[in-house]
Amino acid sequence: MEADILVIGGGISGLTAAIEAAETGYSVILVEKNPYLGGRVTQLTRYFPKICPPYCGLEILIKRLQNCKNLKYITMAEVKSVSGSAGNFTVKVEKKPRFVTDACTACGACVEVCPVEMPNPFNFGMDKCKAIYFPHEMAYPPIYVIDAEACKGKECAQCVSACKYNAIDLDMKPEEITINAKAIIVATGWNPYDKSKLTNLLPDHPNVITNMMMERLASPNGPTKGKIVRPSDGKEPKTIAFVQCAGSRDENHLPFCSAVCCLASMKHALYIREQIPDAKVYIFYIDLRAYGRYEDFFQKVASDENVQFIKGKVAKIEDAGNGNLIVHAEDTSTGKKVSMEVEMVVLATGMQPSTAVQKIEGLEYDEFGFVVEKEGIIPCGVARKPADVATSNQDATGAVLKAIQVIRG
Amino acid sequence: MAEEKKVAVYICKGCGIGDAIDVEKIKEAVENEYKVPVKIHDALCGSDGVNLIKNDISSEGLTAVVIAACSPRVKKEVFDFGENVFVERVNLREGVAWTHEPNDENTQMMAEDYVKMGVVKAQKAEFPEPYIEETSKDILVVGGGVTGLTAAIEIAKAGYNVYLVEKEPELGGWVRKFAKILPGKQPYRELKDASAYLEEKVKEVESNSRIKIYTSTKIKSISGQPGMFDVIVSKNGSEEQFRVGAIVVATGWKPYDASKLENLGYGKFANVITNIELEQMLKEGKLTRPSDGKPVKNVAFILCAGQRDPEHIPYCSTVCCLTSLKEALCIRELDKDANVYIFYRDMRTVGIYEEFYKRAQEDEGIFLTKGEVKGIYEDEYGDLVVEVTNTLLGEDVKVRADLVVLATGMLSSMYGLYTTKEEYPEEGEPPYKHIKPAVPKEVAFANKDKEWILNLQYRQGPELPTLRYGMPDSHYICFPYESRRTGIYAAGCVRAPMTVRDCEIDARGAALKAIQCVELVAQGKTTFPRTGDIDYPNFFLQRCTQCKRCTEECPFGALDEDEKGTPQPNPLRCRRCGICFGACPEKIISFKQYSVDMISSMLKAVSVPEGEDKPRIIVFACENDAYPAIDMAAKNGLKFNPFVRIIPVRCLGSVNVVFIADSLSRGIDGILLLGCKFGEDYQCHFIRGSELANRRMENVQETLQRLFLEPERVKLLEVEISDWPKIPEILDGFVEEIKKIGPNPYKGF
Repeated sequence: MEADILVIGGGISGLTAAIEAAETGYSVILVEKNPYLGGRVTQLTRYFPKICPPYCGLEILIKRLQNCKNLKYITMAEVKSVSGSAGNFTVKVEKKPRFVTDACTACGACVEVCPVEMPNPFNFGMDKCKAIYFPHEMAYPPIYVIDAEACKGKECAQCVSACKYNAIDLDMKPEEITINAKAIIVATGWNPYDKSKLTNLLPDHPNVITNMMMERLASPNGPTKGKIVRPSDGKEPKTIAFVQCAGSRDENHLPFCSAVCCLASMKHALYIREQIPDAKVYIFYIDLRAYGRYEDFFQKVASDENVQFIKGKVAKIEDAGNGNLIVHAEDTSTGKKVSMEVEMVVLATGMQPSTAVQKIEGLEYDEFGFVVEKEGIIPCGVARKPADVATSNQDATGAVLKAIQVIRG
Repeated sequence: MAEEKKVAVYICKGCGIGDAIDVEKIKEAVENEYKVPVKIHDALCGSDGVNLIKNDISSEGLTAVVIAACSPRVKKEVFDFGENVFVERVNLREGVAWTHEPNDENTQMMAEDYVKMGVVKAQKAEFPEPYIEETSKDILVVGGGVTGLTAAIEIAKAGYNVYLVEKEPELGGWVRKFAKILPGKQPYRELKDASAYLEEKVKEVESNSRIKIYTSTKIKSISGQPGMFDVIVSKNGSEEQFRVGAIVVATGWKPYDASKLENLGYGKFANVITNIELEQMLKEGKLTRPSDGKPVKNVAFILCAGQRDPEHIPYCSTVCCLTSLKEALCIRELDKDANVYIFYRDMRTVGIYEEFYKRAQEDEGIFLTKGEVKGIYEDEYGDLVVEVTNTLLGEDVKVRADLVVLATGMLSSMYGLYTTKEEYPEEGEPPYKHIKPAVPKEVAFANKDKEWILNLQYRQGPELPTLRYGMPDSHYICFPYESRRTGIYAAGCVRAPMTVRDCEIDARGAALKAIQCVELVAQGKTTFPRTGDIDYPNFFLQRCTQCKRCTEECPFGALDEDEKGTPQPNPLRCRRCGICFGACPEKIISFKQYSVDMISSMLKAVSVPEGEDKPRIIVFACENDAYPAIDMAAKNGLKFNPFVRIIPVRCLGSVNVVFIADSLSRGIDGILLLGCKFGEDYQCHFIRGSELANRRMENVQETLQRLFLEPERVKLLEVEISDWPKIPEILDGFVEEIKKIGPNPYKGF
């Protein structure tokens, strides 16, 4: 395969870059590892500061993508290596089998007969889905996918008989694809920092969840259909503590600030306060980084007297034994030690660049695993540095210009 | 009159459609009424179905096909038969079969109505011709600071010509006044010399033959449209004119007026200075007390000097924490014995700059604490004393300082300018809800005839429309470069406070958008969000009454006016939202594929049975949010009543009141408009389409009164794309309300 520009990663940054490039008139191949485009933002319930649903912007992006005849996307594909130089790169891609073809109409008959249940990856395992599944409401391309590990394969094949459109092919094999491109935009995004590493924060307790899990809990297509409850007993929590910088700004974990977690927790406080009128929210922070015009958003959240901001880093979380948790921190503005029993804890875990965990051969990285820009290889979004959606999109748009310079060379 | 189209209809039975609907009956009805061929297929999206359509297109010479199958949001690529075949998708799957009682009389009527509406739409749609003019692909960059310089270099490197206009005699902007700038890459610890950095950039600009530089130059006027902007610049009294295709606005920022910070001692004590004044000292390499010229040994920084304060600058200026750390390091570099105290509210070294913060923390001469300034006074030796409370030390602190530096904030260069007429409406006109003027009307009006930057010759005002705090912003998280003047993109501190490094990144993005714009308009295509659309509105001006609604309401200022008030369209400024089409009381504005005749005919195709048990409701739904929400409700197995007829529209603002009046006079019982949230946190991608639709409801009430109908028959609701679980409640709730009012008395007339 061949294109002017290869975009690695189909999240909000990669999608933006690919579409902006195609609309400017260049041929683009977009490679995404998930079975759907959209990346992390598809898992978010709302964006700060407008509290608007990410699906809205995604709908426009998908519509634009459909109109770009010069843009091809490949899902379930991972870039393994990059070689060559600006103007002439060779990229090796491994495409995993989806076991469902484009003939799928998303009618859903297969799901009804599939006997295998598995933890739903989209909802961080907080509910179950079938081995053949539709990743989420607005998944694009709108076709089903079979989880290779969970599926019983040909011995079962009930979905194959149920599908009237012959869209299921259990013989599908992994493919190796070689792509030649003149420039590469790297938009590999991020993973939530692994909470199990935060051993002082009781990461295995069911009621200690991450900020991304909170997004799923609050979402109408989440495991609880949008009802915020604590995982251990389905109870509506009345007291919730947020632990900011859970792994961020910490030499033992992510030394940098993840740029969005303060604002994300403020947004979560709004989710909670909207649903549970008498809930009390405590946000333990080091610095409140509501930069720029986000200050208005902070002021809006801070004006709620049930949301309390406590300056202090949480040292430890303990199990109170009744499903509740005890949060220990030092309130640095008073110098006093605080111990507080709450019904649920949200860890504002940071953003770790995907490439810190899974490196692509042939790219250059900095000490944290962010991708370093060089001629013809342009990182954008969180592949470059921690950033919110608006900043990522700015960066993605600009990355296209750098790619074009190589092509027009 | 357009050429008669050759239409055929294809009905799919797949995905449960055939089980819920008697498609043979629809075929019969449609063939009888419209004399068009109707074919039924088990699975149209399969290769067999697609080939059937393709063969018919070539053998029968079809110019329009109606695909009655799944939602238009899916399988789009499968049902694409090229530019010469108009495709109308009728949503029988999500819209009918999945959401309604199978084999029910009402479900059947619904499906039949939808197919008929689709046929009519296909018959009425015409093929658009792009608006092609000889356009320029050159780009104007306004502002010669770091953002403007970067934009100019990056655009030129991509092979486009640039006109770079700077009002000062020298390029460089604020950075010329700085000593150092922040590090731009790992390990984010070392400062960079500002002059060296800037000289490199300036040299690059000056040596690039694609960049034409105008210093000491102001823009006298910009007229025209993307691809054809005519720019007149004036330099020392002489004028020059050139044509560009797009514009990058990089006019930067201005410092907050420190004289308003008397509470922090500015203007009262000579040794209280701003961070800008400090930069000057650092650049000269001489740190002395302004009061007596004595060397400076102790410096106190007060952060948020005016920022995060509703009395001054309510927002955070983003960079002041970082620049204060930078300046502290500069001071320490100049004098190893100097002590620096930094009092902050929150240390906002966001993201990767945490590393730089660490560098400052490691410096033993820099003392950092959270704190609020209680007071500043001069002691008997002429030294300043800063009293700070709420520190992290558990007690109040007093610091003696030779110099107190106020980290004042940044204002957009557009702050305080009269930008658009809608921001400061004339007497008696209601303000728009999405606009919070940055300064009071008196201030803006005082500036009305001076200090403009772009001097756009637009009917709606001379500058980019600004939102809160005077920043010319789209207020979109997803689409940060969209401004409300097509082809004009803001970058850098004019649109949000940011570091020099972020200005560089931002300049690239705006530069790309400008390049994209010149490429699109050269082909007669529109820009975001209907990118690539070539259809543009036609005005039948012979019937225009000069009411000026279209010229006032266009969110993008696409229409100018002649002296009589007749609209002067600028098709390349147009974003094809159809808001002008919705505004026109004379129905003289139409697109080729979105015309008054088309929508009216579709509405007429809706059956209006007599009696009480089959009410008819027309639902106009925003195609980007409300309509997908209905699809997702269907995907989730939710059901709603079969009395609604849903028509997707490009924007709620494109719904003409005439459609409502016509429907009601035909006996339609109620009209529901589902559009995006409006107001300050608006979600409408045409900025004010839903707000305008809501305003037009007032006119609708008059129509209803005239017809002696109840005002409750027409309703507008804000619906988000994620509101799909509420769709049944919304649609059924409205039908219940209508049932309570009773049937429309015009039924049967």
